[in-house]
Amino acid sequence: MEMEYSALRNLVDSWGMLAMVVFFIAASAWALRPSQRRAQEEAANIPFKED
Amino acid sequence: MKNAYSSIAVAAAAFLALMGAALGQDPTFRIHFWIIFASLAVGAVLLMRNMKLAGGAPADQSAYMDEVIRYGVVATMFWGIAGFLVGVLIASQLAWPELNLPPYFNFGRLRPLHTSAVIFAFGGNALMSTSFYVVQRTCRARLFGGVLPWFVFWGYQLFIIMAATGYLLGITRGQEYAEPEWYTILWLVVVWVCYLLVFLGTLLKRKEPHIYVANWFYLSMIVTIAMLVIVNNLEVPVSLLGMKSYPVFSGVQSALIQWWYGHNAVGFFLTAGFLGMMYYFVPKQANRPVYSYRLSIVHFWALIFLYIWAGPHHLHYTALPDWAQTLGMVFSVMLWMPSWGGMINGLMTLSGAWDKLRTDPVLRMFVMSLAFYGMSTFEGPMMSVKSVNALSHYTDWTIGHVHSGALGWVGMVSFGALYHLTPKLWGRERLYSLRLVNWHFWLATLGIVVYASVMWVSGIMQGLMWREYDSNGFLVYSFAETVAAMHPYYVLRMFGGLLYLVGGLVMAYNMYRTIRGDLRDEIPMGAEAPAVKAAQ
Repeated sequence: MEMEYSALRNLVDSWGMLAMVVFFIAASAWALRPSQRRAQEEAANIPFKED
Repeated sequence: MKNAYSSIAVAAAAFLALMGAALGQDPTFRIHFWIIFASLAVGAVLLMRNMKLAGGAPADQSAYMDEVIRYGVVATMFWGIAGFLVGVLIASQLAWPELNLPPYFNFGRLRPLHTSAVIFAFGGNALMSTSFYVVQRTCRARLFGGVLPWFVFWGYQLFIIMAATGYLLGITRGQEYAEPEWYTILWLVVVWVCYLLVFLGTLLKRKEPHIYVANWFYLSMIVTIAMLVIVNNLEVPVSLLGMKSYPVFSGVQSALIQWWYGHNAVGFFLTAGFLGMMYYFVPKQANRPVYSYRLSIVHFWALIFLYIWAGPHHLHYTALPDWAQTLGMVFSVMLWMPSWGGMINGLMTLSGAWDKLRTDPVLRMFVMSLAFYGMSTFEGPMMSVKSVNALSHYTDWTIGHVHSGALGWVGMVSFGALYHLTPKLWGRERLYSLRLVNWHFWLATLGIVVYASVMWVSGIMQGLMWREYDSNGFLVYSFAETVAAMHPYYVLRMFGGLLYLVGGLVMAYNMYRTIRGDLRDEIPMGAEAPAVKAAQ
């Protein structure tokens, strides 16, 4: 199985790395957005809803 | 029709195992299949004895499925004790080589038995049973799949028996943490996919709109482990009835795949899975929601995106290309941030409730486990830096690091979860004795501290001795001299492990009495002992 530097380099050059970084930033921004505050407070209390 | 189909299926599997025992190509394979046959035959008989062909009310679909979790809790404790015991044994073998009893009880065969018993048997059962508990409570839904969770539980125990007996017989692929041969792995994959189905199915039928973050961590563990195990075990068996197989990858590719597997087993099995445990049980035990839910989500994504690249740091200064080594090192150092984010999130959950530590030794276990999570996730990135690795690699320092993570983080968080679960699952008012939990806490903590600090000293000494040159450029020490120098540390290490094992036995006793429904008459934690009246 070929696993050379060029394969990873190609992934980086062909927007692969950018796609992952953008996804990560978007996911973090989504979690950090202020309008989420209420929903997150509710989510944090899920374990206390039962027993 | 209780157990009717299950007993037929297990009996059929036992028959197939008997065929394997009869037709196996090599004697070791035949012995191995006799053991598998015996396990399955016992299972089939037990199932048939509990079989009901008619009647019996169907299970209440609105209630949680907790019986399988009760079995899981007991299995976790059992394998924990077994794993710690073998650990103490192999530590003693290193200190006193006469204890090696060839061929079945050599260090070489017992060492994978120890690592697999603590990681996959103790840790795996802890993850399965807590994930079944957490996913039901946070989704407010019964486990999906009818008898499928039972298949997952017993199938996983069979995998453990197959792997463990295989090591003693000398059946091994020779890759660290990936020793089981092809047929054992095939069985594991079947069980693991069913585990994924049970977990996903329960998530899908949830009544709670949001999926609580603990389940994200558990799910990422299940999915990633499936991927890692399958890719690292791409191999061709020599015969369909023989124990030996040859991997598809070879040379440096094989090494890279192995440590991509190996490090992500640490990252997803021993970290993400147990973080799932932490995000449910720490808030529950402290009785307050997690410090920052948004931090837990960022923690999740950062951990997932970084961990998968860190594996090459196991191959510094090898034939692996330099760029890959540097990649592994850089991602390992970056991992420090999400790890400490997670630790802070767990610890700060107690903010405003720190006084509970005075009276709740179970919470103490969680806090100590988070402290060790922070410590070992600081130590790990440091050791992945090439220049540090040049000293630390192949020495006992690595073993010390692994144990501060495994005994400190994984062990303590599992103990805390088991202490939390036992009274709840068996409907007891409280644990048999909180004082005994406190004893366990201190025995385990002291054991880890002894173990880790002894391994630092021994490992750094070992590394320095290996690379000591004299003025003529000759090595100062022979290898045997470095081994002899480590003897006192090996004895001390065994002592640290022994303390940890004794702590585990105290826990087993406490759990046994709790399950029986006993309550120890004792002074509550944090209360003053009643004054002894002076004699008149």
